[in-house]
Amino acid sequence: MNKKGFALIAAVMLLIFSPFIFSLFYLNLVTEILILAIFALSLNILVGYTGLVSLGHAAFFGVGAYMSAILAREISPNFFLTLFASLAAAIIASAIIGIFCVKVSGFYFLMLTLAFSQMIYSFVHQSTTITGGSNGLSGIPSPLIGSLDFSNPVYFYYLILLLFILIYGGLSLIVHSPFGQVLIGIRENETRLKSMGYHTTLYKLAAFVIAGGLGGVAGSLYTSFNSFISPSDVYWTMSGSVLIMVLIGGSGTMIGPVLGAAFIVILETIVSSYTTMWMMIIGIIFILFVVFFPKGIVGLGKLLLQSFSKSNKLSAISGKKSNALYNNDVKN
Amino acid sequence: MENHVILKIDRVGMHFGGLEILKDVSLEVKKGERIGIIGPNGAGKTTFFNILTGDLKPSSGSIYYKGENITNVANFKRTNAGIVRTFQRNNLLNELTVLDNLLLVLQRKHHLQNVWFKKRNEKKYPKLFEEANQLIKTWGLEKRANEIVKKLSYGEQRQIEILLGIAINPQVLLLDEPTAGMSQAETDYIVDLLHNLPKDLTVLIIEHDLEVVFGLADRMVVLYDGGILIDGDPNEVRNDRRVNEIYIGKEEAAAHA
Repeated sequence: MNKKGFALIAAVMLLIFSPFIFSLFYLNLVTEILILAIFALSLNILVGYTGLVSLGHAAFFGVGAYMSAILAREISPNFFLTLFASLAAAIIASAIIGIFCVKVSGFYFLMLTLAFSQMIYSFVHQSTTITGGSNGLSGIPSPLIGSLDFSNPVYFYYLILLLFILIYGGLSLIVHSPFGQVLIGIRENETRLKSMGYHTTLYKLAAFVIAGGLGGVAGSLYTSFNSFISPSDVYWTMSGSVLIMVLIGGSGTMIGPVLGAAFIVILETIVSSYTTMWMMIIGIIFILFVVFFPKGIVGLGKLLLQSFSKSNKLSAISGKKSNALYNNDVKN
Repeated sequence: MENHVILKIDRVGMHFGGLEILKDVSLEVKKGERIGIIGPNGAGKTTFFNILTGDLKPSSGSIYYKGENITNVANFKRTNAGIVRTFQRNNLLNELTVLDNLLLVLQRKHHLQNVWFKKRNEKKYPKLFEEANQLIKTWGLEKRANEIVKKLSYGEQRQIEILLGIAINPQVLLLDEPTAGMSQAETDYIVDLLHNLPKDLTVLIIEHDLEVVFGLADRMVVLYDGGILIDGDPNEVRNDRRVNEIYIGKEEAAAHA
């Protein structure tokens, strides 16, 4: 077993035993981190692997969240119903929006995703009868599977953990599969991929729909977690903060967005208990990362590991050199 | 089938606004031919290639591939049909390894690109990796297989540029200045590899190095000012006064300057 596998197992064990280690407050914090990590992981498929920077990912989060909220209130809080309906709604929404967005790239892609997400925001904001308008929807019943009620935070935590592991595992398979390699190829050089015979537009759309669908799943879970949803979770600042999670964590890596989500949620919780200007502090940290560690927490970690092993190697080399010198001296 | 026309260019014209790049160019390419395309800078050679690959749509005229009109067919579809190009400037996946560059080509060739839930590694795709390693060996790049492309020398990158084209197993290969910027040794190496391409492969080659192009081509097309000036036997072209004036003469003049 390699070091990476060991670290992975240790992390999973820690997550499994969290309810026994942490108080309820911190368990809820971990739950929130896992849900937002799913959201960041979904965006990372688009931003980190396909190279399409979206500033409208909250749209699909919102579609999933409101779908879930409305169904749970009006029809049934059955977990599978709300989850799969949210997934389906987000897939449909992202397919429609994606068809337009993947036709453009770079700056225009960013602006177009932003415009579409703001359209969804204003729909949510205006349709008071369906979405509760600016008041949002509250009192959303907690999810049920059969007679099992997930209002218990420990049960709910395990439900989220299971989904998180499934999604993380599934996505890491996808990004290493031949399909995922095509996405990486598009990020690196779309022109070349076309001349290799790839219908790149279709692949970009697929990435957009995967990202959107899982974004919807995250939204659905978020609604169940908070039993409340408001238009601010569909606003473009939400798209911005998930993008920050991906970038601070390390885009184009699997673990990066998870670390980014954890970092931002923890920071937000700690800093906001001291000052109301926490947004400014996150902004400053983001700027520092972009300027000094553009590869995020993952890049920073690698850098530290490298310099550590390098200094070890260097001392080994200098040791050899002094030996060689010594040998020369003897020969002379 | 020996003299079968594989590619037919019928009165193709191209203009960007008022600027006319190609004027009514017609050309019939037979299967297995090696056609050298020469001409001074700005003669429209690369534009001509871009039209053949579908990267540009001609302003007028049509292109037929195996008798089918492909004028409006998208570039990636032409690649899959067998028309493959290499680029004048290295256009690789710079942040990926040589092996990964090649695997992307090969997985497309073997229709594996839509597998989602299976990691692409040597264990699970032994044949794919074997073919890739074989190609890398043939091209003398085995020490470079796991290096990131941008860390390779210019000549090595140029080699990969051509390798990626050939790895698709094209039927028509369009080489856009394959030896541009290479040292003499590297050029010789590439020319050798190009000589060993399968005989039934049709090759169109744009090249400034006349030694190279006269060595490889069995038919020469001289483009000048957007039109075909001469189309014929390499020896004929070599001794043609007009060619010497517009092309070789210019180079000599430049050399004297």
